Amino acid sequence: MDTRFFAAWLEECARVVHEQRDYLTRLDAAIGDADHGTNLDRGFTGIRQALAEHTPPTPGALLALAGTTLVRKVGGASGPLYGSALRQMGKALGDAETIGLAELADALETALQAVRRLGGAEVGDKTMVDALSPACAALRLAVAEGIKPQEALSRAADAADQGAKDTISMQARKGRASYLGPRSIGHQDPGATSTALILAALRDVAVAWAES
Amino acid sequence: MVGLVLISHSLTLAREVAELTRALAPVPAPVAPVGGNPDGGYGTDPDRVREAVRAVDRGDGVVLLADLGSSVLTAKLLVEELGDPSVVLADAPLVEGAVAASVMAGAGAPLAEVVAAAEQARAGKL
Ligand SMILES: Nc1ncnc2c1ncn2[C@@H]1O[C@H](COP(=O)(O)OP(=O)(O)O)[C@@H](O)[C@H]1O
Ligand SMILES: [Mg+2]
Repeated sequence: MDTRFFAAWLEECARVVHEQRDYLTRLDAAIGDADHGTNLDRGFTGIRQALAEHTPPTPGALLALAGTTLVRKVGGASGPLYGSALRQMGKALGDAETIGLAELADALETALQAVRRLGGAEVGDKTMVDALSPACAALRLAVAEGIKPQEALSRAADAADQGAKDTISMQARKGRASYLGPRSIGHQDPGATSTALILAALRDVAVAWAES
Repeated sequence: MVGLVLISHSLTLAREVAELTRALAPVPAPVAPVGGNPDGGYGTDPDRVREAVRAVDRGDGVVLLADLGSSVLTAKLLVEELGDPSVVLADAPLVEGAVAASVMAGAGAPLAEVVAAAEQARAGKL
C-alpha cells in the first residue's frame, strides 16, 4: 500500500462523509449539537484542498498532513481526536514508501491510543473508541491469521460497524452526549458511526486496489 | 505578567468573560478571547487559539482556560504540541477561573500561582 493508496482512502473518506453529512448531523442532533456531519465535511474538504495543492511523498507524511488539516478545520471535538489519530498514524508509518498490512494494523492501534489519551474515553463510554477499538482488534487478529489485506480490512470495517451499532444501548460518559446521562441510551453515537464509515472506506479502497 | 487565553465555543461569550476580567481585577492581565469554529459557528478554531497564545505572551507564561469539549481538547493538544512548560491549560471553570487568574496575574504572581488560583476557583461556592 503506497502513497496513492492512502490518498485514495482519504479521497473516499471525503466523498462518503460529504454524502453522509446530513445523516451524521442527525445522529448528533439527537444526543449532541447537530454539527458532526458539517464538522467532518469541512475537515475532509480541507484535506482534499490540501492534497490538491501538494501531495506528500510518503504514506506517513500524507496522513500527518491530513491529521493536521482535520485538527485545524473540523472545529468540534472530533477534530483534535481524529486529527491526532491520523497524525500519530502517520508518525508510526515513518518514511516507508510502501506499507504492509501488519504495519497498518500497528499504525491503527497507535491511532486508537492517540484518541484514548487525548479524550480519556474507555471502551463502553459511547464514543468513536467503541468503533475503533474492535476494528483494531479484528485487524490484529486477521494479521495473525495471515489473511489477505482486502479480507482483513473487510473484517475491521465490519467490527467497526458492529461497534457503532453497539453504542445504541450504551450510556454516554464522554463528550456532549454525556450531559444527557441515561437519556443518551437508545441513540447511535455519531463519532462511532463516522469511524465505521472511515473504515468502510478503507476496505472499499483496498478491494478496488486488489482488483486493479 | 502572565497572559490569559479564554477559549469558549462562542466568541461573544469569550469576549464578555475577557471584559469581566478587565472590570473585576485591580490591574488587568493581558487577555485574549477566542471562540467559534473556522466557519464562525459554535466550536473551536485551533489556529486562532495558537495566535491568541502568541498575542498574550509577555515572557512570563500563558494560562489557557477552556469551556467544553472541543475547546478543552484543542487546548490540550496545542499545549502538548508546543511542549513549552510556560504554556499551561488550567483545569478550571471558564468564568470563575478567568477572574481569579486575571486578579493574580495582574498582581504580578508567577505562572504556578496563577494556575493554582484558577484551579482553586472551582470549589467552595456554597
Ligand atoms: N472525550 C472524547 N473521547 C472520544 N471521543 C469523543 C470524545 N468527545 C467526543 N467524542 C466523539 O466525538 C463525537 C462528536 O463530534 P463532533 O460533533 O464533531 O464534536 P462536538 O462534540 O464538539 O460537537 C462524539 O459522537 C464522540 O464519538
Ligand atoms: Mg457535535
